[in-house]
Amino acid sequence: MNQYQLTKLAKRVGFYALIAVVMVYAIFPFYYAVITSLKPSSELFRVDFWLSTVDFGNYVHIFTQKSFVRAIINSIVISLSVVFIALLLGITASYALGRVRFRGRTTVMLVILGVSMFPQVAVLSGLFEVIRGLGLYNNPAGLILSYTIFTLPFTVWVLTTFMKQLPLELEEAAIMDGATPWVTITKVFLPLMWPAMATTGLLAFIAAWNEFLFALTFTLTDDQRTVPVAIALISGGSQHELPWGPIMAASVTVTVPLVILVMIFQKRIVSGLTAGAVKG
Amino acid sequence: MASVTLEKLNKTFGHDHIIKDVDLQVGNGEFVVFVGPSGCGKSTLLRLIAGLESISDGELKIGADVVNDLPPRERGVGMVFQSYALYPHMTVYENMAFGLKLAKMAKETVDDRVMATARILQLEELLHRKPKELSGGQRQRVAMGRAMAREPRILLFDEPLSNLDASLRVQMRNEIARLHHRLGSTMIYVTHDQVEAMTLADKIVVLRDGRIEQVGSPQMLYQQPATKFVAGFIGSPTMNFMPAELLGGSEEGCRVRAPGLGELALPQDASGEKKAASLSLGVRPEHLRLAEADGENAFEIVNVEFLGNEVYVYLEPKAGDSLLIHRSEAPSRWKLGQRVALVPDLEHVHLFNGQDESLSLKTTQAVA
Repeated sequence: MNQYQLTKLAKRVGFYALIAVVMVYAIFPFYYAVITSLKPSSELFRVDFWLSTVDFGNYVHIFTQKSFVRAIINSIVISLSVVFIALLLGITASYALGRVRFRGRTTVMLVILGVSMFPQVAVLSGLFEVIRGLGLYNNPAGLILSYTIFTLPFTVWVLTTFMKQLPLELEEAAIMDGATPWVTITKVFLPLMWPAMATTGLLAFIAAWNEFLFALTFTLTDDQRTVPVAIALISGGSQHELPWGPIMAASVTVTVPLVILVMIFQKRIVSGLTAGAVKG
Repeated sequence: MASVTLEKLNKTFGHDHIIKDVDLQVGNGEFVVFVGPSGCGKSTLLRLIAGLESISDGELKIGADVVNDLPPRERGVGMVFQSYALYPHMTVYENMAFGLKLAKMAKETVDDRVMATARILQLEELLHRKPKELSGGQRQRVAMGRAMAREPRILLFDEPLSNLDASLRVQMRNEIARLHHRLGSTMIYVTHDQVEAMTLADKIVVLRDGRIEQVGSPQMLYQQPATKFVAGFIGSPTMNFMPAELLGGSEEGCRVRAPGLGELALPQDASGEKKAASLSLGVRPEHLRLAEADGENAFEIVNVEFLGNEVYVYLEPKAGDSLLIHRSEAPSRWKLGQRVALVPDLEHVHLFNGQDESLSLKTTQAVA
């Protein structure tokens, strides 16, 4: 083997070693959570990297708790509502911001971007007052409202960028065909914007699904909680016991839908983030 | 079908005055071509007629109705875009039916119209395809079909052939011309390609900086350009221009002196010009003959282009920097580097004054 082949081999090995490190770094925590969730509580604190027996006891435990099932339903309702509202407002806003010429358009865009820069904690107390004032405390609608506020800037930005890339002549052709702006949006732009909508919708869903701080602050009773809060509040038999098994089972349960969604939409996400040039 | 009348039409974008006092009459069933260099406002003018831009000042009539404030769908115009702008997610059928459905027509009417249009444009086989499965020429036809399906009073074309390759362009040009003969509808067509303008138009409108430079039939624009701009724009290869000095008027016209050519007696009436005024002599390449070099009249051949049926000979000018062109049937006996004399056909020579306006012939003026 000569020098050239040797360096080539070394590069190859290094490359795959790096990939392995990244894979372990990214996947190991989740893998360990899965393993832990499938262990009976007696074996919980023995460090194993492989499962010797599979025990679904933890899953049975969490799904027999009414409050956890209720929390999952709450999370689904809230996340889907957020996605729906954010996309509806995002599409219409992006049409205005991407296609209609008006004074102060850039300013509006910058304000929208600025809104998304506030950390959640900074607006927490203010938002709490708003939600109390609207009578939405301890109500899923309050969470939908607050998540939408934080999701919209990103949605609007991505959709506006995408909308700007659609050929102007397409819209003009629709105008010549007698389409109103609403018809243009729904019949012409919407079908072309699916990739972008899948991307932003999925990200909005993930954000709403995983959100913790607002969910903790704006809800009071078990039957209004979302999954992240419910998991945090799972308690063991006594004050001194943290029920790792059920917690891990619950975490895996709520992560799986996200993984599945990402897998379904992964092609769309890639094309949504890169493509945009729609050639007539 | 309808006529279109433009009266003192103006368009301003902020401080930019794009269209300046355009008056134009487009007759019923006429094929009118707007032509001009890029930025002359020809596309803007078309978009004003379409209703895609608002009219700043003036009046636009389609038929007998003033349509200034009507949206495009109520003007009865159809438009074919440069990039076709077909709806990518719809089939050919849906593309053509879209406007009809929006007009809330009965399903059978929509079907009849689309099928009839598809028959005219030979799209029947393609109705279930998506635009991405079509070739350039087919997309072009679908774009026309979409504009025609609503049976508009006027059809507008915005540089429809500029995305096609050369041979397809000639073919589609032919199809558009035949379509016009068959439908007899009023069509307005924008292009920067003077060959398209010449071959398609009943009437050419030459635009320059937002103003109409000249309106006329292709033949009239070629033979009697009103200005130096039109003379240079229409015709390929372009007209040769040479500076000339006015020596004086005469019974039949005037006498001028051009560097290299010496004194020429021309039929134009130069009585309106001052003596010794500097004029511009315009000669089309086919009206310039070459002869053996003769004293002062000696121009160097710098390039010879053989095009199969004809030959272009390029000559170094005495003044200015655009080469002079001579066109003749192949074969040609002239060689690179040779020095030759230029002999213009005096009855085909054009003469332009200092304001670039064409000087009329003395005889035609006598008739008038």
